[in-house]
Formats: sequence, structure tokens, C-alpha cells
Amino acid sequence: MALGTSLGTSLGPYASFIATSYMLVAAVVLMLIAWIAMDYRRQKRQLHELESGGAVRRSGRSAMDLK
Amino acid sequence: MTLIDLANPTRFLSLATRLLPWLAAATAILLAIGLYQAAMAPDDYQQGATVKIMFIHVPNAWLSMFVWGVMSVAALGTLVWRHPLADVAAKAAAPIGASFTFLALVTGSLWGRPMWGTYWEWDARLTSVLILFLMYLGLIAIWRAVEDQSRAARAAAVLTLVGAINLPIIKFSVDWWNTLHQPASVFRTGGSTLDRAFLIPLLVMGVAFMFLFVTLHLAAMRNEILRRRVRSLQMMQVAQTGGRMA
Repeated sequence: MALGTSLGTSLGPYASFIATSYMLVAAVVLMLIAWIAMDYRRQKRQLHELESGGAVRRSGRSAMDLK
Repeated sequence: MTLIDLANPTRFLSLATRLLPWLAAATAILLAIGLYQAAMAPDDYQQGATVKIMFIHVPNAWLSMFVWGVMSVAALGTLVWRHPLADVAAKAAAPIGASFTFLALVTGSLWGRPMWGTYWEWDARLTSVLILFLMYLGLIAIWRAVEDQSRAARAAAVLTLVGAINLPIIKFSVDWWNTLHQPASVFRTGGSTLDRAFLIPLLVMGVAFMFLFVTLHLAAMRNEILRRRVRSLQMMQVAQTGGRMA
């Protein structure tokens, strides 16, 4: 009810179903974003460690070279 | 930069890295506008405020099918053209598509309980979407279980194309069978049956979720390319170590 009032409208008797839906979507989308961001950091760190250890691609270019 | 240039993973990485901040900003703005419009939309004369669930349920349902469509094109790229980024695109899209499908199912259930009196009904639309979700999980399992990357890519591509048969079944299930789920009301011959007060927020949310998918997909593809570089460097390192020991 408080959420509905703050939105300028009443969410009615099924407010909990509406609020749960929006919170669930927000949670899953945020988890996807966090998972992808953490995966990016992990891959960059692993590449950095490998290249620091002397591993070189066949092209001779850095694996982190995005140009 | 032409489309052919994007077949080069390094060029793709460069483009994705430049585009991602702009796509993320556009997604955030569109989501903010869509959520504001959804919050301000009037109650439906039958559904009441529960209609607000539609503004997130429908975009997730659209994307659950759209992502499989993208993966089907990528599967053709793997099997027919052997495009170097095709399997990367398909593999990166699968967890995102599975998430959208999961959200479509759960938000649909949360809408169904107050409106239909039940969380679940084994009707054609709901069951075919559940099958789509299970197929997403199956694909993810194949990529994880098969060690040889090229074999996994081919197996996943075949399953993706076979699974694409489910897309028209989902779309037309409400016309072909007598289902509890309502028929199409936005994309239909004869135009939308929705009032503008509901149609505009729904379309804005649809575009926002499309941008969200493109942003997440590009970022996940970038991760997958880097993961493959890590793998090839690790294999080269092992080969070099083995050579020195011999």
C-alpha cells in the first residue's frame, strides 16, 4: 500500500503480487549484470596473469589488446 | 567497419567496448521512462492494478522467444558458414534468454493467481514456454558438459535449430488450441487491441528490455571471447611445458 501511495496510485488488493513481480525482475536483472561484470574481471585477471607469466598469443599481440 | 570485419574477434571486442557504455546508458534511460509510465498507467477495468505486471511480463515473454531466434541464426552461422563468432553469440545469449524465460513464467504465475485463481495451468502456451525454458537449460548443460569446444558448438547448434520449432508453437498456441491464456493483443493482424494508456508503456518497456538484452549480450560475448583466449593461452603454456620436459 505504501508503495502504491508513493506512486500516486493504489495497487489494490493484489499489491503483494505486483510488488513481488517487480522485485523479482529487478533481482534477476541485477544478478545477471553482476555475474557478467564479475566474469569480465575474472577473465581479464586470468589473461593478465598468463601474459605476466610469459604466455604469448600466436599473433604476438596482447590478448587484452582491443584496438 | 563492415559486417565482414566483425567476424574478426579483435575488431568485435573493440566495437563492443566502445558501444557498451552508450548502450548501458540508453537502457537505463529507457527503463526509467518505461517504469515511470508503468507506475502512472491507469488501472484496467477488469484486472485493476494487476495490469502493471503485464509491463514486465510481456517484454520478458517477447525476449524469451527473440533470444532463441537470435541463437537460431547463430546456430546457422556455426553449422553453415562456420562464422568464428556464431558459437560465441549463441553461448553468451543462452543464460540471458533462460533468465528472461524464467521471469516470463514466474511473473505470469504471479499475475495468474489473482486473475485466473491459479499459479499454473497445463495449457498450450504455458507448457510450451516451460519447454522453452527447459531447452535453454539443456543447451547451457551441453556447453558445460562437452569438453571439446567445436563438438559442443555443433551439438548446441543442432539442438537450437530443432528447438526453434517450438517458437511458432508458442506464438500460435493461443490460436491453435483452446487455452486459458489470452490471445495476442499487441502484434496481430488488424492492429493492437490495447488502449494507448497501456500500449505505450508496454512498448517503451519492450524497447527498454531489448536494449537490456543487446547490452548484456555484447558484454557476455566479450567475456566469452576473452575466456577462449585464456583457454588457448593455457593450452599453449601446457604444450610449451610438455615440450621442454620431453
